[in-house]
Amino acid sequence: MTHTVSIEDADVRYACAPQESLLSGLHRLGLRGIPVGCRGGGCGVCKVEITGGEFSTRVMSRDHVSDDDLAHRRLLACRVYPSSDLSLKVIGKLQKKVCTPAADRPLP
Amino acid sequence: MALTGVLRPGHVQVRVLDLEESVRFYRDVLGLVETGRDAQGRVYFKCWDERDHNSYVIREADRAGLDFFGFRVLDKATLDKFDADLRAYGIATERIPAGEMLETGERVRFTLPSGHVMELFADKTKVGNGIPLVNPAPWCKARDHGIAPIRFDHALLYGPNVAEVQKIFTEVLGFYLVERVLTPDGNANAAIWLSCGQKVHDIAFAEYPEPGKLHHCSFLMESWDQVLRAGDIMSMNAVPVDIGPTRHGVTRGCTIYAWDPSGNRFETFMGGHLPYPDYETMTWTFDNFGQGLDYPQRKLHETFLTVVS
Ligand code: FES
Ligand SMILES: [Fe+2]
Repeated sequence: MTHTVSIEDADVRYACAPQESLLSGLHRLGLRGIPVGCRGGGCGVCKVEITGGEFSTRVMSRDHVSDDDLAHRRLLACRVYPSSDLSLKVIGKLQKKVCTPAADRPLP
Repeated sequence: MALTGVLRPGHVQVRVLDLEESVRFYRDVLGLVETGRDAQGRVYFKCWDERDHNSYVIREADRAGLDFFGFRVLDKATLDKFDADLRAYGIATERIPAGEMLETGERVRFTLPSGHVMELFADKTKVGNGIPLVNPAPWCKARDHGIAPIRFDHALLYGPNVAEVQKIFTEVLGFYLVERVLTPDGNANAAIWLSCGQKVHDIAFAEYPEPGKLHHCSFLMESWDQVLRAGDIMSMNAVPVDIGPTRHGVTRGCTIYAWDPSGNRFETFMGGHLPYPDYETMTWTFDNFGQGLDYPQRKLHETFLTVVS
């Protein structure tokens, strides 16, 4: 039994099984929409806000998920597993970059 | 003896999100040898051909990343001298008593301007590599378990103030600069590769706004064939692969980057040129960074620049 995941603003809908993370379901279909990094809950690039639906999670790095994030369902897509149809917004940003000294970059 | 001072990377401690899942990964997929567990719950590993009790230690925590990176130095007198030299240079040091890590002597700990915690130590129990010291066979059966790298080789760390870090390594700790990538304006180094012996690098740093970040820990393989076999084992176990198999332009090393179950990147690596301390530094301009990272594909992969733990 798979669930349908909708990425708001990106007009992407895909099928995701309950034992498959939101990120790997998207990735498996060769679709884009959520940035893909470590796929282990450690790097934070796949951050999304779940705007509707039920899900379960696995442990994810608190460097990227604060208590406030948890309360507002702002989570790492590689560690979220759908248990109903679900909708989300992508909020992770790939803006921090090697090579540019901190002083020259806008604050994250 | 020609090699004195800092001898080699000796240990690294990495945070993982789920300890037992990570133990299974490091022991059965990467093929490290589990050598102990301590009262804090840390799990100790070594590569099969290493002789010291441990080189890679994992600790369960609520975030991924690096706790500290330790170098083995020649002896106790060398340890004391580096401690004094670091303090004379203006860097605060701290002594961690012998036994705080299993089978490991006293450590001198300090923090780099990049935010990384470094350690020096002179003693770690030699447990051997499973091969006798008299009439040794070239390998033992541990070589065939999992990916089975032969040693923990180096790490690439991301953080600010790389120019100051370079000075500490070259002026206090006796390292030399093997290769570097310039910033886009050519006025500074975006990334540096440092050696304390004749390895192409023992540690590397890249300029990054957030302090204390881990880009990857690297494990040495014996051959390109073994790197390809590592890639096979990664796919058999659905390990997320980042880049490769390919060859770096920088260092000439042959590589696969992949992630552990907590999002800590690791590398299976072989080869590289053999520098001497009198060799001139090799320089890559920023517009050639793509070749430096992935020589055949000439591609500056986005994840290389942005994904760290
Ligand atoms: S891809 Fe790294 S935290 Fe999800
Ligand atoms: Fe490396």
